[in-house]
Amino acid sequence: MALRKIIGVETEFGIIVRGAGESNPIAASSVLINAYVHELARAGAGPRDNPKVGWDFEDEHPDIDARGFTAEGSLAPEVETHLVNAVLTNGARYYVDHAHPELSTPECADPRSVVVFDKAAELILQRSMRAARELLPDDQEIVVYKNNSDRKGNSYGCHENYLMDRQVPFSRIVTHVMPHFISRQVFTGAGKVGTEVTGLTSDDVPFQLTQRADFFEEEVGLETTLKRPIVNTRDEPHADAQRYRRLHVIVGDANLSEVATFLKVGTTALVLSMIEDEFLPRDLTLATPVAALRRVSHDLSLRQPLDLADGTTMTAVEIQWEYLDRAKKYAEEHGLECIGAPEIGADVLRLWEQVLAGLETDPRSVVRQVDWAAKYRLIDGYRAKHDLRWDDARLAAMDLQYHDLRPERGLAPRVGLERLTTDDEVERAVTEPPRDTRAYFRGVCLQRWAPQIVAANWDSMVFDIGGDPLRRVPMMDPTRGTEAHVGKLMAESSSVAELLDRLGQ
Amino acid sequence: MAEREQKRKASTPVREEEVVEEAPPASEQGEKIKAELDDLLDEIDEVLETNAEDFVKAYVQKGGE
Repeated sequence: MALRKIIGVETEFGIIVRGAGESNPIAASSVLINAYVHELARAGAGPRDNPKVGWDFEDEHPDIDARGFTAEGSLAPEVETHLVNAVLTNGARYYVDHAHPELSTPECADPRSVVVFDKAAELILQRSMRAARELLPDDQEIVVYKNNSDRKGNSYGCHENYLMDRQVPFSRIVTHVMPHFISRQVFTGAGKVGTEVTGLTSDDVPFQLTQRADFFEEEVGLETTLKRPIVNTRDEPHADAQRYRRLHVIVGDANLSEVATFLKVGTTALVLSMIEDEFLPRDLTLATPVAALRRVSHDLSLRQPLDLADGTTMTAVEIQWEYLDRAKKYAEEHGLECIGAPEIGADVLRLWEQVLAGLETDPRSVVRQVDWAAKYRLIDGYRAKHDLRWDDARLAAMDLQYHDLRPERGLAPRVGLERLTTDDEVERAVTEPPRDTRAYFRGVCLQRWAPQIVAANWDSMVFDIGGDPLRRVPMMDPTRGTEAHVGKLMAESSSVAELLDRLGQ
Repeated sequence: MAEREQKRKASTPVREEEVVEEAPPASEQGEKIKAELDDLLDEIDEVLETNAEDFVKAYVQKGGE
């Protein structure tokens, strides 16, 4: 049986300081996050008195490869412990990663919950921008973009994480997930004006489906910043490594469309469940995966055939129909509990089919669901109206501005994207953790006992209850520590000491 | 390929019917889409970056991930 797919998304945001000339992005990211955390402390809505809970790096091993070896030295200084690193009461981590503000959602137990916490992340970034405005001179403003490309060779990620069964051979995951990653671009792409592939111009690629495809050079590998691979092998489960694997996916775009985020994680979680249950009999391996990734992204007609390793050809949309057909059969035979309540699985199948049918008939029919289609309609319309060439800076500016997270400036909120969430639930998710993963335990501990929390991590919390040595609570199972498991116990505990006693720590 | 096409159509009959029955005549729909887009383009004119070239040039992100 496929494991319940616990899912999280880490988004690195683009950041600029308007009115400051050349600015330091690390300093700007620190100001942004500190401004938010201190605002929370002031409002009494955050981890009071202890706004910057430390991150516990004991179990971080980004250099371990899923194929069974450890990289030699090349990735060792991955974590920069001196930078801002906050854990929020909703269970998320909000920190400076290299030169970007990054927000990792809490662990979510279904794709819909991911969408809610992804939207809550946008609200957190918006509030951070507002809080930072108070700290900066009047003529300066920190602005954050939810995109993945600066159009100058730099790309930054929106990574997905899926809990998987350690028993499944990694090679089987690679075989069946790679064609999905290549073909899912037709609905996960956030759209981009032009290309950064050497030798190609805006005449060759006026607009492409994704922000990321131009930056991938390998099929499988450990890197995330150079020679990026379609399937990333980082083996760092943040959980019991005997039982679990965390598949770290770096190939996706950050989406503004809720439907796109829902389908990105929903279809991928389903494909991974089918891999676990050996429900994908046909090997859809592409003959040249890296070339295929770009070919799909560069093909606005969605009709270019791709060569498969078995000698046949299929378009990206046809490959997606194949996965959907299998997923429907899988639903009949196994049910879809692996991705949450029955209506969530049904919604994934329904929207998946609706979007594929729309893309096949006319991409203009999915402008309320698919980011690239919404962006293309807007920018191509502007281009036609003003009779511009595709390499005109005004079109590149609109591309960036689609992702501007300021509500008064961003273009995405104006194009009529379909909502799957309500304002109320997104607002709640800014401060309240999911109830159905271990993020519940982390979040409630931060709400109630932040001053006594020395450090937090995905799979542990470290408490200082005075006198004794520090007490570390391991949380090696992402499906435990839920409200159902510990809600009553936490509610009845009047202190951390009592909580730890009752937990048997 | 022919077999795939057939199979796909057979598995998604509802979608085809919807398209046929619910869509207004193509020209009418096209006009509506165009009018909507015109409104949207007028609306965003007010928020677009005023100096596109400088804005695009200044948007530099160091690496990440």
